[in-house]
Amino acid sequence: MTIPSSVSDRPLKSDVAERIRRSATSDRPFRYVLRATAALFGAVIVLFVWSIVKTAWPAITSNGIHLIIGRTWIAGSGPYGALPLIIDTLSTTAIALIFAVPVGLASAMALQFQVPQRLRGPLASLVELLAAVPSVVYGLWGIAVMVPFFINTLEPFLSHLTGSSWPFNGPQDGFSILLAGIVLSIMILPTIVAVSRDVIATVPIEVVEGALSLGATRGQVFSKVIIPTARTGLLGAIVLGTGRALGETIAVAMVIGSNAQLPHSLFSSGATLASIIAVEFGNSVGSEGSALAALALILMVITGLVNWGARALTRRAATH
Amino acid sequence: MSSTINGLPPDPILERRELIQLRASQTIARRTMVSRVVTGLLWVGLVIALIPLGSVVLALLDKGVRFVGWSFLTALPQLPSLSSLNDIGGIGNAVAATLVIDALAGLVAVPIGVVVGLYLAEGSSRPANFLRTVVEIMTGMPSILLGVFAYEYFVVTMKSYSGIAAVIALSMLMVPVIAKAAELAFMAVPRSLREAALALGARESRVARQVVFPSALPGVLTGVLLALARAVGETAPVLLVVGPTISNLWNWNPLKPMTPMPMLIFGYANSQYPSQRAAAWGVALTLVALVVILTTSSRLISARMRRERHS
Repeated sequence: MTIPSSVSDRPLKSDVAERIRRSATSDRPFRYVLRATAALFGAVIVLFVWSIVKTAWPAITSNGIHLIIGRTWIAGSGPYGALPLIIDTLSTTAIALIFAVPVGLASAMALQFQVPQRLRGPLASLVELLAAVPSVVYGLWGIAVMVPFFINTLEPFLSHLTGSSWPFNGPQDGFSILLAGIVLSIMILPTIVAVSRDVIATVPIEVVEGALSLGATRGQVFSKVIIPTARTGLLGAIVLGTGRALGETIAVAMVIGSNAQLPHSLFSSGATLASIIAVEFGNSVGSEGSALAALALILMVITGLVNWGARALTRRAATH
Repeated sequence: MSSTINGLPPDPILERRELIQLRASQTIARRTMVSRVVTGLLWVGLVIALIPLGSVVLALLDKGVRFVGWSFLTALPQLPSLSSLNDIGGIGNAVAATLVIDALAGLVAVPIGVVVGLYLAEGSSRPANFLRTVVEIMTGMPSILLGVFAYEYFVVTMKSYSGIAAVIALSMLMVPVIAKAAELAFMAVPRSLREAALALGARESRVARQVVFPSALPGVLTGVLLALARAVGETAPVLLVVGPTISNLWNWNPLKPMTPMPMLIFGYANSQYPSQRAAAWGVALTLVALVVILTTSSRLISARMRRERHS
């Protein structure tokens, strides 16, 4: 059917064309709102980073490299050396990982493949619930349940076992780097289990069935099929847990004993980068506020890098 | 070995077969044992994981349940005195502070988070990719750092500790969580649906409002609830900005110092009074119950979403 040119031309020129033009222009406000909000959020983040750098600057210029390698931290007057704090942060995180990584990966695989179907749902919900429990509650549990256990059982046992030799010597009062590490490991355990379970679930069932049909045992399927296939994603789960352990503040502050001296053993009290900010910031005097902001900056750089790494790993796992 | 029959020379094929069967049964026995050990270790790992986690849940119930009741949730706290050492009153003002602070943080964070999520879902331009990286890194940023930021900008400028400073810190924690969930929810809306609406002549803003939002709503809601669950339990940033002392008075004004529940747990846990240390468990149980309600409703919504998508 041919349309008479007089009919088809007129509305296109005046009416429809105008409406198309108007609809294109009147949608600009929508785009502007999107961009403006995104820009606002970006600006607040820039402000956030800048405010910490600005506050930290006096401490950085007056302490220089000693901020990182100095061994003494004297509140109020300085010098401010964060070496003990960095050591405590790394050692509590290391203790947490030593315990939480094998236990977490094993539990994830047991949950996914070993536990009877009926129990799987409730146990998975329990794990997810525990990942959401606030850290202050883990700290309270550490003080009320773990400190007595450490004083009465674990610390005497460990020091008896090793004849009070390093690293199991020193005060047996519960509050210690070891306790902080253990509490951290319990806190990151649900995260590691939940994330690595998701990763394991993405291993194609054909691969598992193929291995089984070739005569592989269950154990071989776990160690030779599932772990290698899910390797990158599992590493991402571990790095995610590491990031959480490095930055965890309140639970650590409650059980580590707040002491910015170099630790002598695992039973020593200590302080991490994050925990000392929580404990000292409110009553900081003189130049200490700036030094604490410098700690915040160090923490920001470390956890930023770790999270960026976790993101790269999980993304790579997703594309494979 | 009975490979010689009637004095005939041994059959090499039979001998070979027997050797193979012997080896095979040995290998199978070894592999089965190794497999048992591996699966056994997995069970051991699960049990080791459940012991401390179960202990946390048991301690919460065992030490917290006796506090829970209407008067505990609504009454003001009392300082322990000589005449009434064990009467610590309630936590009404802390509940009020938590509700005010987290509701305001939600009011700030939800619109910003949802729009940022929409922006991220819209395109993969350079700024969008950069912002996506920022959002993901912020999700794992230690919360204490946001406390330092809120202190520098709000407590210092207002010359007073305040609930509003906590609102700022918490909403900055919530925005990345909401934005990430919203981005995923918006991306899950079928392209054909949006294109159909556009082809019918709807403007982009109308497509967003009437097509994308309604079908992405459950996913967005899941993210909002998860972000709220995280915010109500946050202690580190709140500790720096809401005021150094525990308040025993009603205060609904967020411009003044407040004592939300996580802060109260922290204060009570380190208290010199045994009755307050005990009551910390009552507060902890209340807080965990609130978190459980939020995460469970989020799980229910996402489970329902999955069902609807499959049906």
